[in-house]
Amino acid sequence: MDALLHQVLAGLATGGIYASVALALVMIYQATHLVNFAQGELAMFSTYIAWSLINAGMPYWGAFFLTVGFSFVLGVLIERVVIRPVENAPVLAVVVVFIALLVILNSVTGWIYTFTIKTFPSPFPNDLGFGKYMSPHEAGAIGVTLVVLLLLYAFFRFTPLGLAMRAAAQNPESSRLVGIRVGWMLALGWGLAAAIGSIAGMMVAPIVFLDPNMMGGVLLYAFAAALVGGIDSPGGAVFGGFLVGVLENVLGAFVIGNELKLAVALVLIIGVLVVKPSGFSGKVHVSRV
Amino acid sequence: MAFLEAAALHASYGQTRVLHGISFSMEEGTITALLGANGAGKTTTLRALCGMVRTEGEMRFAGQRIDGRATEDIVRLGIAHVPDGRGTFVNLTTEENLRLGAYTRKDRAAVETDLERVYGYFPWLKERRAQQAGTLSGGEQQMLAVSRALMLRPKLMLLDEPSFGLAPLIVRELFAILRRVNEKERVSMLVVEQNAAMALDLADHAYLIETGRVVLSGPSGDIKKNDAVRRSYLGY
Repeated sequence: MDALLHQVLAGLATGGIYASVALALVMIYQATHLVNFAQGELAMFSTYIAWSLINAGMPYWGAFFLTVGFSFVLGVLIERVVIRPVENAPVLAVVVVFIALLVILNSVTGWIYTFTIKTFPSPFPNDLGFGKYMSPHEAGAIGVTLVVLLLLYAFFRFTPLGLAMRAAAQNPESSRLVGIRVGWMLALGWGLAAAIGSIAGMMVAPIVFLDPNMMGGVLLYAFAAALVGGIDSPGGAVFGGFLVGVLENVLGAFVIGNELKLAVALVLIIGVLVVKPSGFSGKVHVSRV
Repeated sequence: MAFLEAAALHASYGQTRVLHGISFSMEEGTITALLGANGAGKTTTLRALCGMVRTEGEMRFAGQRIDGRATEDIVRLGIAHVPDGRGTFVNLTTEENLRLGAYTRKDRAAVETDLERVYGYFPWLKERRAQQAGTLSGGEQQMLAVSRALMLRPKLMLLDEPSFGLAPLIVRELFAILRRVNEKERVSMLVVEQNAAMALDLADHAYLIETGRVVLSGPSGDIKKNDAVRRSYLGY
């Protein structure tokens, strides 16, 4: 029983990270109807920036917030410079741009920092009091994830800018007619998604260690999470993230073994697409022809 | 100088020319109607005024050139567009839809007052303030679109087929409210309508458009008496 509880709690910790990345995917998806395959590599690159800052002697939380800010700007810049020109291009062209971004970020990081695996510090003290079931970092990561989710919820729900971003994503033409600068809202969405991703990267790096390929698995789980919850539903993505995290851990520990963990994500992706493509809380889109 | 003026306005969608040099003008505080059959170019004229189609020719609003400007900037001059198809943000609540109408305004306190003012015109909107706007009926969404435009505190409202798909009783109610808004708040209106009879009752001036050209214009009373208009558009 203790072992199961331990796996569930550890699953919630990584699940929170999947939930964050899934949320970043959903944000871009809502605005563009495309899955940003480079989301994970963007997070990985940000985590390396944080690593550099910390190694240069900056205190952890200083590096943390500076990295979040940097990632936001990087996200906005990528949208303006790389995505904007292909705004009206065919879907495949945009997907190719996403994949190019993935490869470029991965290789550039490898080129700058080498592919050697590095350790990444956790900001949380060694003794948080529930050492029996959860490592301090896992507990801290859950806390950080929950704060991020709450802040995002409040932003989108209660601020005029958050409302404008939601409006721009679902009805660009009407948004322009009330004066919303839709292009900038998309760029802001990219910035926010990149910032959320960077936090996820910094939270997962102490667990999986820092290397240019560290987000590959995370992105896959996050994609599964987003699909399980419904790719156009932010709340669903968060729920899906936690669910996938727990499933991955429990199944990995007791049923299929660690080697097949990643297959859980793939089975979920295919299963959802076959059985219920709209996910748990996504919308079924019907259009008249 | 006219409040709103278009001179030799051309517009096209890709290769297809839709407007062939339309010219018209309206005075501040008046209601002007653009009449014409399907495909005459009425909707395109409104879209041109909002920078939503590529145009040639000159457009002026309150003395400023507005041709070639971005839609978002034209809105900031005080032009509110009630689009064809209502443009509802279907996944947002009724109140969020209304607040978006006031997105460009900085006077937050006055926005709250205006919200109440709009609820005064359309009381049932208040009952449905937390309801998802996509679940409103067509007529309700039309009222919501008009209300959203009012939230801008516009100087000029562009109304694209406000009567489309509405029951006659509701059309009458809506037009009465438009009349009141025009009289009480001095909001100028440019109305595109296929329902010529209703539009001529509402408007002070009217332009008749056929295949992208103005073929007739004048005070509504005169247009109503014109034999050709009577036969083709009023049906008696």
